Amino acid sequence: MSFIVDYYNYWIVVFLMMAGFYIVISANNLVKKIVGLNIFQTSVFMMYISIGKVSGGSAPIVAEGITTYSNPLPHVLILTAIVVGVATTAVGLALVVRIKRAYGTVEENEFEDKEDLI
Amino acid sequence: MAEFIDLVLLGMLAITALRVIFLKDLFAVVMLFGIYSFLSALIFVNLDAVDVAFTEASVGAGISTVLMLGTLALTGRKEKTSNHPALLPLLVVGVTGAALIYGSLDMPPFGDPNNPAHQHVAPRYIEDSPQEIGLPNMVTSVLASYRAFDTLGETAVVFAAAIGVLSLLGLPKRDRQAIESGLKSHLVLRVVAKLIIPLTILFALYVQFHGDYGPGGGFQAGVIAAAAIILYALVLGLPMATHVVQPALLKTLAALGVLIYAGTGVANFFLGGNFLDYNMLASDPVAGQHIGIILIELGVGITVFAAMLSIFYAFAGQAERTNIQ
Amino acid sequence: MILETLSTLFLVLGAFFSFTGVIGLFKFPDFFTRVHAASVTDSIATILIIFGLILRTDFGLVAVKLLFILIFMLLTSPTASHALAKSARHGGLLTLAETRAPKKEDND
Repeated sequence: MSFIVDYYNYWIVVFLMMAGFYIVISANNLVKKIVGLNIFQTSVFMMYISIGKVSGGSAPIVAEGITTYSNPLPHVLILTAIVVGVATTAVGLALVVRIKRAYGTVEENEFEDKEDLI
Repeated sequence: MAEFIDLVLLGMLAITALRVIFLKDLFAVVMLFGIYSFLSALIFVNLDAVDVAFTEASVGAGISTVLMLGTLALTGRKEKTSNHPALLPLLVVGVTGAALIYGSLDMPPFGDPNNPAHQHVAPRYIEDSPQEIGLPNMVTSVLASYRAFDTLGETAVVFAAAIGVLSLLGLPKRDRQAIESGLKSHLVLRVVAKLIIPLTILFALYVQFHGDYGPGGGFQAGVIAAAAIILYALVLGLPMATHVVQPALLKTLAALGVLIYAGTGVANFFLGGNFLDYNMLASDPVAGQHIGIILIELGVGITVFAAMLSIFYAFAGQAERTNIQ
Repeated sequence: MILETLSTLFLVLGAFFSFTGVIGLFKFPDFFTRVHAASVTDSIATILIIFGLILRTDFGLVAVKLLFILIFMLLTSPTASHALAKSARHGGLLTLAETRAPKKEDND
């Protein structure tokens, strides 16, 4: 039982990661692929935050009467990663918009065999 | 109890992700992704990462969803059925997942205080940062002081991403004779939006300058302020919004934020310290640290605000152009 | 002690109203009735839960913050429901009564 309590967080993270990965490689639509990529990315965030958790700890903001704090380092890394993540997602979406304009479609199997129109 | 809540939320997250796989309606997919972001923000709160949860709720659920909806407006909301064989991806995912789960068995148990991650630098951050930096929020101390160089890189990445989007899509021109294109008939929306937008900007400023003491900081504040202007653009139309916050101004602001950040670092050179070591900024090292952190958080906030808003302008400008054509 | 009991009562009531909202969301037949059910969760359940939480604080800064959250929620949630219903109407969605009696003139 303690075995499951010790590891379920990692297992669900792996499940989410694989769900995102599956969307990225099997989806036909580029916007959906980006959603999959974001799900993948969020699962990595979850992994880091799970590692930073200390049982019985509290949020890493100094307060009276609290002695155990969770690890602040993963929080810092992930906080910046989220903002950078949305910025890179925006670049991906901008590329999708340009692909739509150049090929008239965002379905992968449709523009694979189209000639370059640019 | 916390573990139980965690398990329930993670289960809901897994169901949401599964649903995304099978849905063909991309509008629903994007909405589910918003739900996914909110759920993960709840999990972050439950795992004590309040700053991260704050960022995820404002960025993941707010800005990402708006950008994806903007893209859908340009590309159509239905996914066509694929003729790819579904077996191969399933096989790849299955094998990778099994390998990762096998690998996870070597991980240290979840939440154990003796885990290697809590042994190396974390005790120093937790024990010394309140005295060395003088701030109660350790996340801000680590973000803006101990690992300031790292954060400078991240800010530059946000700036570079904004430049990338602008070079792909371009900013909309500022319209002299502003076209009335907003939601003109939605009186309730307009009134409530006008009431909320100033409050949102006020809240962004609070988050910006209160980040030293509670959850918050430049990243969140920038995104919240950008969200206020995005709301304005959605309700009153893009031409009005570009009239209030001009695209040319945003370009300058995005660069200015990075400049403030790096400039604070360089200023320390001239005062005899190391790059981004704020001890020299005031006679007292702790006061110096505080000044330095406020300055660079301001830089981060300005850059993130300008980058997010100009990215939104770029997408909205595209949508507006398609409508006119 | 009395405060704590009162607070628990509020919280349980709030949870109950959220639950009814969710049931309504699943059981009601069309979009407009569902929005109605969902907005119950937004308004009355939020008010009850936040009041319940305020009673558990020491009536300091935290209580004021909760009060601000309540005011913000009361401003935005009904607006969101309104916007949803209005845009559905704008998109041409008919209410249940109208779909059942399709001959009636649509005077919107």
